[in-house]
Amino acid sequence: MILIGERINGMFKDIREAIVNRDPEPVRYWARRQYEQCAAYLDINTGPTVEAADQPAVMEWLVKTAQEAAPLPCCIDSTNPDAIEAGLKVHKGKAMINSTTADQFKMDIYLPMAAKYNAAIIGLAMNEKGVPKSASDRIALAMEIVVNCDMHGIPMEDLYIDPLMLPCNVAQEHGVEVLETLRMIKTLADPPPRTTMGLSNASQRCTNRHLINRTFLIMSMACGLDSAIADVDDDELLNAVAAANILLNKDIYCDSFLKTFRSR
Amino acid sequence: MAVTIAKEKWTSKVGEMVLGTEPNAVKVGGESTLPFLHFEGEIPNKPVMALEVWDLEPTDWPEILKQPFEGVLGDPVAWAKKNVEYGADVVALRLMSAHPDFKDASPEDCAATAKAVADAINVPLIVIGCGVEEKDAQVLEKVGEALNGKNCLIGCATEKNYKTITATAMVNGHNVIASSPLDINLAKQLNILMTEMNLPANRIAIDPLVGALGYGIEYAYSIMERARMGALMGDKMLAMPVICFVGQEAWKAKEAKSPSDETPEWGAQERRAILWEVITATTFIQAGGSILVLRHPESVKQVKAHIDKMMESNAY
Repeated sequence: MILIGERINGMFKDIREAIVNRDPEPVRYWARRQYEQCAAYLDINTGPTVEAADQPAVMEWLVKTAQEAAPLPCCIDSTNPDAIEAGLKVHKGKAMINSTTADQFKMDIYLPMAAKYNAAIIGLAMNEKGVPKSASDRIALAMEIVVNCDMHGIPMEDLYIDPLMLPCNVAQEHGVEVLETLRMIKTLADPPPRTTMGLSNASQRCTNRHLINRTFLIMSMACGLDSAIADVDDDELLNAVAAANILLNKDIYCDSFLKTFRSR
Repeated sequence: MAVTIAKEKWTSKVGEMVLGTEPNAVKVGGESTLPFLHFEGEIPNKPVMALEVWDLEPTDWPEILKQPFEGVLGDPVAWAKKNVEYGADVVALRLMSAHPDFKDASPEDCAATAKAVADAINVPLIVIGCGVEEKDAQVLEKVGEALNGKNCLIGCATEKNYKTITATAMVNGHNVIASSPLDINLAKQLNILMTEMNLPANRIAIDPLVGALGYGIEYAYSIMERARMGALMGDKMLAMPVICFVGQEAWKAKEAKSPSDETPEWGAQERRAILWEVITATTFIQAGGSILVLRHPESVKQVKAHIDKMMESNAY
């Protein structure tokens, strides 16, 4: 399970304030903390309050600050292509772009960018019309992304399809469709694309968020989820992933499996 | 459209262990792919062959195994030199005299023998105890001291005696063999315990306690293969070179011990027994074995010829 730490995001108050005051400390803290908590990538998002014109500069600052604090690649998360490219320009190592949709005009922007910077990319199984309800409609959009990646020479191991989980309190019927989509994604190509999801979405504005996130993550892993953008500060989530890795025969069992999962 | 050749991409590699000291140091491990798949990754070091020396004359070895060592079986120093002449990359000294059923030799006596052997040869030394866990801890503590700085490989450390052996290896600069009975969980757990004592992971060699051809070789093979794939996928507590005590197992087999006149339908004993050892060794090399401890010099010669061929690059 490739964990992408969600915490460096302007939606969180401490990061929002850090951006306003150009205070690197909260960014550094969360970069280090998420590194210690097994994150493989740091998601970096300026958040919605930063003006579009300022987003590239803020993204550049966040990426540099985070990478100075922890030896991790970033998942550069924005709806603004200029902000993404600004992040990619200063990024050390192999970045991940978060994200393109299946709209042709977006793929025509982001896929050449992924190829140019040798970055991985998240492809959302949605388009301008929104998130499809059924698994088969999601898969049709995922296939568009697979084909376009192939045309740009982006290998399937660098493509992470996100079937898009919606909050279970408002869109409860999507859960099973997402699970089915995960299974089907693995049949789209050989080798298959990878999969990811914004896990915390599942429990937006719900009670018992940790429990919902954890349960859905494990169900999704059983269906072929390779990666998740998640709250890695949640120890029980990490323990559940460690156990699932054993049960799915991804890690070799030993009595200290919780501890070995935490050690790099 | 060009055809893309499917190659496995591993994310990690096996740790590299150095045995002995320059200019006679030998390296093992370091692979970033499965054995001999040069087209997928790096195989920086070839498997090495050790020949066994005992510190007392073996009583249960078949005549054909004793024959190449005629005249030196009672003299570990001369025997060790003979092994080097026979082409052993490493000498494996087995301190059988420490066994309570044999001479119950003192740790000090064992250490003196080990020192004499180490000083007489220009290849790295493996020192193995008698197999009685408590006694081995006492013996290897003294042996470790006596061989300070020679960067030997000592063992076998088990769940019961690893603390003393790991400590002596750390203080005196040696590597440790970690033995566990064909069980990946126990192997991993023992490696965790030893590294928690701050022994660097690349100073541990895994001994999975393999069986010989016809005596559970498939099971040992599958355990080694699984551990190696785990290592290549990033499991650091299994990313150690593997040592296989091939000779002790192969020469226990009735197919190796039975003389030609008892089982004429099996063919000449010498050819058959050596083949038994060679096939056992080459099988484990295919499963990722890095250090093969053999007994017959002809086996060393044949396995080396095999390895030389397998080390020719098949990269494309």
